[in-house]
Amino acid sequence: MRQIDPDFLALPLRRLADAALQRARELGAEFAAFRLERVRAETLRLFDARLEGSSDADDLGFAVRVVKNGTWGFAGGITLTPEAAADVAAQAVQVAEVSAPLNREPVELAAEPVHEGVWVSLYDVDPFDVPLRDKVALLGDWSSGLLAKGVDHVSASLMQVKEQKFYADSAGTVTTQQRVRVHPSLTAMKSEGAAFDDMRTLAPPVGRGYEYLTGTGWDFPAELAELPDLLAEKLAAPSVKAGAYDLVIDPSNLWLTIHESIGHATELDRALGYEAAYAGTSFATFDQLGELTYGSPIMNVTGDRTADHGLATVGWDDEGVRGQRFDIVRDGTLVGYQLDRRMALLKGLGRSNGCAFADSPGHPPIQRMANVSLQPAEGGPSAEELIAGVDDGIYVLGDKSWSIDMQRYNFQFTGQRFYKIENGRLAGQLRDVAYQATTTDFWRSMDAVGGPQTYVLGGAFNCGKGQPGQVAPVSHGCPAARFRGVKILNTVQEGGK
Amino acid sequence: MTPQEVVERALALPGADDRVVIVDEDTTANLRFAGNTLTTNGVARGSRLTVVSVNGSGTGVVSRAAVTPGQIADVVAAADRAARDAQPSEDARPLVAGEAAADWDRPAEETSIAVFRDLAPALGEAFAAAEAGGRRLYGFAEHLVNSVFVGTTTGLRRRHDQPTGRLELNAKSPDMSRSAWVGAATRDFTDVDVHALDATLAQRLEWAKRKVDLAPGRYETLLPPGAVADLMIYLYWSAGARDAFDGRTVFAKPGGGTRVGEELAKLPIDLYSDPGRAGVECGGFTVAHASSRESSVFDNGFTLGPTKWIADGKLANLIQTRHSAEITGLAETPAIDNLIMEGPAGGKSLEEMIAATERGLLLTCLWYIREVDPQTLLLTGLTRDGVYLVENGEVTGEVNNFRFNESPVDLLGRITEVGAASQTLPREWNDYFTRTIMPPLRVPDFNMSTVSQAN
Repeated sequence: MRQIDPDFLALPLRRLADAALQRARELGAEFAAFRLERVRAETLRLFDARLEGSSDADDLGFAVRVVKNGTWGFAGGITLTPEAAADVAAQAVQVAEVSAPLNREPVELAAEPVHEGVWVSLYDVDPFDVPLRDKVALLGDWSSGLLAKGVDHVSASLMQVKEQKFYADSAGTVTTQQRVRVHPSLTAMKSEGAAFDDMRTLAPPVGRGYEYLTGTGWDFPAELAELPDLLAEKLAAPSVKAGAYDLVIDPSNLWLTIHESIGHATELDRALGYEAAYAGTSFATFDQLGELTYGSPIMNVTGDRTADHGLATVGWDDEGVRGQRFDIVRDGTLVGYQLDRRMALLKGLGRSNGCAFADSPGHPPIQRMANVSLQPAEGGPSAEELIAGVDDGIYVLGDKSWSIDMQRYNFQFTGQRFYKIENGRLAGQLRDVAYQATTTDFWRSMDAVGGPQTYVLGGAFNCGKGQPGQVAPVSHGCPAARFRGVKILNTVQEGGK
Repeated sequence: MTPQEVVERALALPGADDRVVIVDEDTTANLRFAGNTLTTNGVARGSRLTVVSVNGSGTGVVSRAAVTPGQIADVVAAADRAARDAQPSEDARPLVAGEAAADWDRPAEETSIAVFRDLAPALGEAFAAAEAGGRRLYGFAEHLVNSVFVGTTTGLRRRHDQPTGRLELNAKSPDMSRSAWVGAATRDFTDVDVHALDATLAQRLEWAKRKVDLAPGRYETLLPPGAVADLMIYLYWSAGARDAFDGRTVFAKPGGGTRVGEELAKLPIDLYSDPGRAGVECGGFTVAHASSRESSVFDNGFTLGPTKWIADGKLANLIQTRHSAEITGLAETPAIDNLIMEGPAGGKSLEEMIAATERGLLLTCLWYIREVDPQTLLLTGLTRDGVYLVENGEVTGEVNNFRFNESPVDLLGRITEVGAASQTLPREWNDYFTRTIMPPLRVPDFNMSTVSQAN
């Protein structure tokens, strides 16, 4: 078990928290929370095996959030002294007081047991302990290998984040956490006449350390060895004929469809209209809880802040709520939402399921996504067995373009690779494919989910939500799954060509 | 220590051949509301020191927040170490030379919650009016001030204060079946008239009382300035010279090179940036915290001037670093933080264009815009918060939302009318880009690919 970095623990965490919480109490706050964060991010980018740019940046600061007379107040600061922490607490109270005339809905929070503890995510090698030159050399070697096999260009990147948080609130909860995540990615490019195309590795971002690049959790050499031939086949592939097809979707693509059409749609703040002007609302309105047929009866979806290596996995959320696992869709029916403490109490749902998150010390926590995952079928089929059940269809791998409307009804996705399925067998790649559907039609058309052997945790570092905009890392696990009669577009024809 | 003192101390430390030091001081204030009530709010402050060290042609970049005077040497040492370890940088070249600008010694500007002193009561009145009028208001107001200080070992000292304000107002009927949106970009909120914006919303919700279902298809469409801004910003972001030269974008010439000089629009459209343009003023020199395809840390302090990306309908320039300009043989035209589009003089207002429309669609804004095909820059996305049917010069009702599939480059070649340009707030991209002046456009055959049930 790794430990929290000593230099973070050496910061005056408790002294600052005590000063801030005491000042907030003195000024009449009903509730106060102090959060100190250090988020370090390093990004490398190579082009054609040469380092194109790197950045090593951190964000360090603290925030005080209060409820005063039923109104939120938030302020952030960067000077790590008790005096400054007390001043920022006073600012937060002032913000609540200034804002009170605009507030017609008193803020109350769901109860949460008091916690005290330390939590560190699962990783072996801290990526910030690995010299930059070693990382550049590894990505450079991988890139050179692709160039040697005939691709025109290769871009490679590695994003690494270490997030450290100290949280204390006026109820007595005190937690300290450290999370590490990495995302290596390589894209090969090739042109053929006037046409060009690219293909990206399918390796997802994960809550692991540098060991992810050296054989734990993904076989990069094996994936890279196949990429040039796959890209050449893609460039030479026929353009898809638009129409309705049966789809078998690999987890490398399906995670993003889950994210957009289930993850965001089951955030209760969206369903209640709190994101209406920006991220949008949800077709899955609160009155349909327990009633809405979201998908076919084999559809079971969980929210989970405890999954090993999940990007949204935490010990406690940014409101001091213990990480949990909960049902969202059971046997095809909507049975739960993702909650923060205010939303949980507002709708009488009891305890929050721990989905509050702030991406930096300068932002307040808002309700963000848990690792929302489609559960595999025990003893379920392999991808090959799913494909065997399709006469005329398409097998989809890898995510690329995505877009969904503000109520999460209408979506359109592309991918990295599309294979034609003829009579239960793959029959070569297709080009220019996008699938387009309405969320409930799509999930109701799912007639088979793969077994645990097909289950993969996908995800992203940069899910956006809220104003001011915040980004959150999140994973989505899923098996391969089969869908019947999905609308396929030809993207060249869509462009009017 | 002042930001200027931090810059001088970091530059004075030994250990690298050359160095660029950037100090960013940021303050923010925001109000968010939903259903005629405040939801979240806050103020925050940030400070960041970025050190670019150059050792031979290797560079090291380290950026740290909330650095105390005693930690400056640590940040510099980390950057120096990274530079010594680095491979030669492809974009390496002499740093931009210069001297201290006349305003170098001025302190950083700041914002606070007080910037909303007039806006907050106006919003409160708008909430009350909305409640009485059967509307619910949702939205966000934000003010940011970034003060950036750039110094180099070649003597250059430049600073810039950038205020950025935006207000988004979204009105909905109580059953959420009707929705309208307006936005405003501002430097200080003194020019924002909440009551006028709310009146526009009320009118649009009235328009939406008559619903008309339309099937997917190609429709004559009036794009308002905000929607044009969202499409043109994506085009601008896709206009990197290096990627075009490497054959990876819509601006690549088949067989090699770029499409600079090629006609994109039949109408004499200009798309350009100008740091000094009134209302959308932005920094007049390059600030690069890291090198990438479209930016180079060696270009820090490079003077930016008016730059045409499209001139008289022809592709005129692409986004360059000094390095990529050398590779492509084109002008040194780095990115600039505003974007302006103009057509021939005498363009009509949007209202006049509506009046001149026999049958067509009037959009409010576009949403969730994503690239589908880089070869054509085909984008997909949704219409949002009001698609109105125009018949015989008048709005006669609201149409369902659509998913569109369109390329802004292809669109330029099909535009039949360019209206009068005005300052506008993009909807989709206003988290990143707020300084735009755009015209309304008439497109005879906008591709509405499918119907969205969202409202």
